[in-house]
Amino acid sequence: MGPMTTQATTGDAEARLQEHFDATIGRDQRIEPRDWMPDGYRRTLIRQIAQHAHSEIIGMQPEGQWITRAPSLRRKAILLAKVQDEAGHGLYLYSAAETLGADRAELTEMLIDGRQKYSSIFNYPTLTFADVGVIGWLVDGAAICNQVPLCRSSYGPYARAMIRICKEESFHQRQGYELLLTMMRGTDAQREMVQDAVNRWWWPSLMMFGPPDDASPNSARSMAWKIKRHSNDELRQRFVDMTVPQAEKLGVTLPDPELRWNDERGHYDFGAPDWDELRRVISGDGPCNAERIARRRAAHEEGAWVREAAAAYAAKRAAGRRAAA
Amino acid sequence: MSDAGTELYEVFVRGKRGLNHVHVGSLRAADPRMALTRARDLYTRRNEGVSIWVVRSADITASTPDEKDPFFAPSGDKVYRHPTFYAIPDDVPHI
Repeated sequence: MGPMTTQATTGDAEARLQEHFDATIGRDQRIEPRDWMPDGYRRTLIRQIAQHAHSEIIGMQPEGQWITRAPSLRRKAILLAKVQDEAGHGLYLYSAAETLGADRAELTEMLIDGRQKYSSIFNYPTLTFADVGVIGWLVDGAAICNQVPLCRSSYGPYARAMIRICKEESFHQRQGYELLLTMMRGTDAQREMVQDAVNRWWWPSLMMFGPPDDASPNSARSMAWKIKRHSNDELRQRFVDMTVPQAEKLGVTLPDPELRWNDERGHYDFGAPDWDELRRVISGDGPCNAERIARRRAAHEEGAWVREAAAAYAAKRAAGRRAAA
Repeated sequence: MSDAGTELYEVFVRGKRGLNHVHVGSLRAADPRMALTRARDLYTRRNEGVSIWVVRSADITASTPDEKDPFFAPSGDKVYRHPTFYAIPDDVPHI
């Protein structure tokens, strides 16, 4: 066989694999780790899952800062459990990324040196305890809108991780809303704190769904691969429609003068977030970007001795077992 | 600076007595003991299990996941292994 024939055979084989992959996606079945998949599919997934994992890990910081200052033991226990969940979500997702051939240590490096990103929302500061409630209500609420459709994502390990995560996010959102209800039943000063936190987090929460559809070039491909199931604007609309009645019940005003019910569309109309701000925050120029990464780096470096000790202990035990055998 | 010294483990959890252990995901750990405590913290924070197995991912021997794999061909053409292969008159009770 000459080189030409070999190449033609390889091409045929690849076309057959691609056909099988497309048919699996077409039948709405899941792709599993050792299936053949196009390089672009693998790369897109690793990037999206890693970015998602990084968001969970960095997401521990804004609320974690309030653990020692929680107003009661009850709130402290809840907040601890919530922040521990975020760590867990990060780990489920790093595991899912590893099934695609990514290496967790390398992903951590890429987060710390800025080669990979995390959600822009975590670059805003948490100024009062009301922020803890608003993050649970709005930020986790937006995350749920984004994540529920990902439970049907075409990549099996990602979809399964999202199912676990969504179950736990529901606790996150409800504890936040309950915290805010409690504050709204308190003093005028407490009600003002809640309104102030809503004013600061509303627009960044809307930005969590990403740029508008006409400025989101990779969306169409991700939707064809069924990694994504709905467009950014669709999910943003869904979030607004869900949230307005919750805000009314709570007694807060969402800071958007254009927000009103549109009978014809059957949806709420709302104003456009400041997309320049989103671009700035994503490219590193948000209020807390440097602080978040510095904290993550310090935690990683200060934990090095623990990892080394665990590895040394495991090696010693393994040597002991070999000697005994 | 890395996870050097850790290995990937697959985690299986028995949800309650009477059920099989089911694969729930994976994690990294330095040794099996650590994998077990990490699995408890990561996969059973809400009473999801009464028993956990961990196994080094590298120790698993697996078929290829492809459903057209010839490995599964022997079961493809043996319809007589299924109860529906046998025609029984409707008026025969309890069968």
